[in-house]
Amino acid sequence: MSEVLWLVPTIPLLGSIILLCTEGRLPKLAVAVVGSGSVGLAAICALFVGMNVIGTGDWYYAETLWTWMAVGDFNPSITLYLDGLSLVMTGVITGVGFLIHLYATGYMWEEEGYSRFFAYMNLFVFAMLMLVLGDNLLTLFLGWEGVGLCSYLLIGFFHSDPENGYAARKAFVVTRVGDTLMALGLFLLFRELGTLEIQAALDGATTAWPDGSGINTAICLLLLGGAVGKSAQVPLQTWLPDAMAGPTPVSALIHAATMVTAGVYLIARMQDMFMLPGPAMHWVAFVGLVTLFISAFTALVQTDIKRILAFSTMSQIGYMFLALGVGAWSAGIFHLMTHAFFKALLFLASGSVILALHHEQDIFKMGGLWNKLKIPFASMLIGSLALAALPGTSGFFSKDAILLTAYQETSYGLLFWVGAASAAFMTSLYTTRMILITFFGEVKTEPHDHSKINMWGPLLVLCALSIGGGWLGFMVLASYMGDGGVPLEFHADAIALLTVGVPMIGILLGYLIWGNQAIPVDKLAASSVGQRVQRFFHGGWGFDWIYDRVIVNPFVRLAQVNKSDFVDLMFTSIASLTAGIHRIVKRTQTGELRWYATNMVVGLLLVVLIVIVQA
Amino acid sequence: MMPPIEHVLVLALMLFCIGAVGVLVRRNIIFILLSLEFMMNACAMVFIAAGAKWGQPDGQIMFMLILAIAASEVAVALGIVIQMARRFRTLDVDAVSELRE
Repeated sequence: MSEVLWLVPTIPLLGSIILLCTEGRLPKLAVAVVGSGSVGLAAICALFVGMNVIGTGDWYYAETLWTWMAVGDFNPSITLYLDGLSLVMTGVITGVGFLIHLYATGYMWEEEGYSRFFAYMNLFVFAMLMLVLGDNLLTLFLGWEGVGLCSYLLIGFFHSDPENGYAARKAFVVTRVGDTLMALGLFLLFRELGTLEIQAALDGATTAWPDGSGINTAICLLLLGGAVGKSAQVPLQTWLPDAMAGPTPVSALIHAATMVTAGVYLIARMQDMFMLPGPAMHWVAFVGLVTLFISAFTALVQTDIKRILAFSTMSQIGYMFLALGVGAWSAGIFHLMTHAFFKALLFLASGSVILALHHEQDIFKMGGLWNKLKIPFASMLIGSLALAALPGTSGFFSKDAILLTAYQETSYGLLFWVGAASAAFMTSLYTTRMILITFFGEVKTEPHDHSKINMWGPLLVLCALSIGGGWLGFMVLASYMGDGGVPLEFHADAIALLTVGVPMIGILLGYLIWGNQAIPVDKLAASSVGQRVQRFFHGGWGFDWIYDRVIVNPFVRLAQVNKSDFVDLMFTSIASLTAGIHRIVKRTQTGELRWYATNMVVGLLLVVLIVIVQA
Repeated sequence: MMPPIEHVLVLALMLFCIGAVGVLVRRNIIFILLSLEFMMNACAMVFIAAGAKWGQPDGQIMFMLILAIAASEVAVALGIVIQMARRFRTLDVDAVSELRE
């Protein structure tokens, strides 16, 4: 009964169409039912199909719906392709997506555009499902652009504030840079291999270039460019912190759990090409390493709770890239899944806090909330423990697997491990800081919690997944990922112990600094060097600053210069020359008889003069 | 006895110039028409003189032609003059410059 696979993307699309066509005339309750129900139904279908595919013992299930277009030899079909990788992604998108939709029915209740919100969200789920289920790169690219559009629409959802529109445009334009690279990669791939079907392309690549080649590396790097843009990795990471302008459920679904992991999915999907000899894998790993390192430091000095989580997301996706780059495919996808659980939980819990404090996002205006907002506090705590990778939580298993595999990498293993472990240390430090400042200390703003079961229910489910999701990962991933899954074994050597111990040291240090204030960092932070370092970290290591000066400002200046279209000057000058001559000539047409007569006489005299001179 | 042709040509040139200057400087349309007649008759005189010089009848035929043209021109022109006098209540050509850009 796997044939119902086509229903998985179709139901959210239908939901979106219904909500778009009714233009907000449906009552709010109906909107909530359609909006979250469609994703819930898709989740049930996905579960059903997934169990079925696993039950039959096949590695994959493919369902061709129709031929998209037929141009000569190029006839891509709309085919849904389900294997271990896309099953994990589909599960995350529909499962976590449903919980977030459910939460959003409560979170967005008071907001304008309730129906519009769910229409965009459902459209996003549809596009994301097409991205992960498409069996050729063209369908994938369709979904890729679709999620980009929905991301743009939802970041700028509160469109009355121009700042939000700016953030939305920034996200759109920056990811466009990556998308262009990716499109070039697809063109190159099609020119070389003549197909965009993923399996055929992978087979073609491994037989055509078994020893690796420049072309293969070029395609991989171009695809990596697309992945970097979508997944907010260095150097195209600057849009993600600003994307927090959108409503919190959007940040949870699109900018933490699903869309930003599309890059990870793309690389994992094309792993056979990346694994061919060549520098592509090292590029992936270094992009991940640099990003996770930079954003962990940036998260430490942020004051906006959502920006802390945004930088944390970038850092965790960096871990996934690192995992892909060292060949730990399963560990990377495993971390993608656990990250979706605990980061969605963290965002939703922070959303509850923000709502209870009347849209206050500055953690220094919060405090002492732990016994007033019990469920958000518990959720935040559990999510943070999973984020910091404390043993027993889901994040621990996945991050541990990444760190240990990274250490075993032959050429740069130690560098990868040191960078990733120090970032893990920073992760636990900033997580502790966030928890302690937000929920402990004196009360600065009085919270008003009105959340109902549709808001705290998803939080509890996500709490359970954040703790137990690791075991789920072993169950699903161990046997159905191509490389045999994540080994569940622990070594007792120094590296393994350090990997486990680093987060705990971070938490302890965090407690000593922000908990009982045994270590006074205020003086250090207040010194001029401390201030400067803090500003540098706070601005995200100056990437925005550099881009503004190197790209944005020159471009704006060029646009201002070119406002009058200096290319058009050639054409407009011809027109104005003719008009000028016309203005001069029309002066002679005075209507006065004697003026004409004078001209005739003068002309006649000239003719006579010429004739005489000639003769 | 025929006067030398140079004398006739100089006289014709003087008449023509008087007519041309009259056309350019007078504002009254009747005087402009008169000046035009001067110019045409100057031309006609050159034809007569040339015909006499070479003993050909063509010069006289051309004179008759010019005479006829002048008569018909005056007929049309006088019609215009009458219209002008009726519509504009003036004979000043400078006042009649509606037909301009």
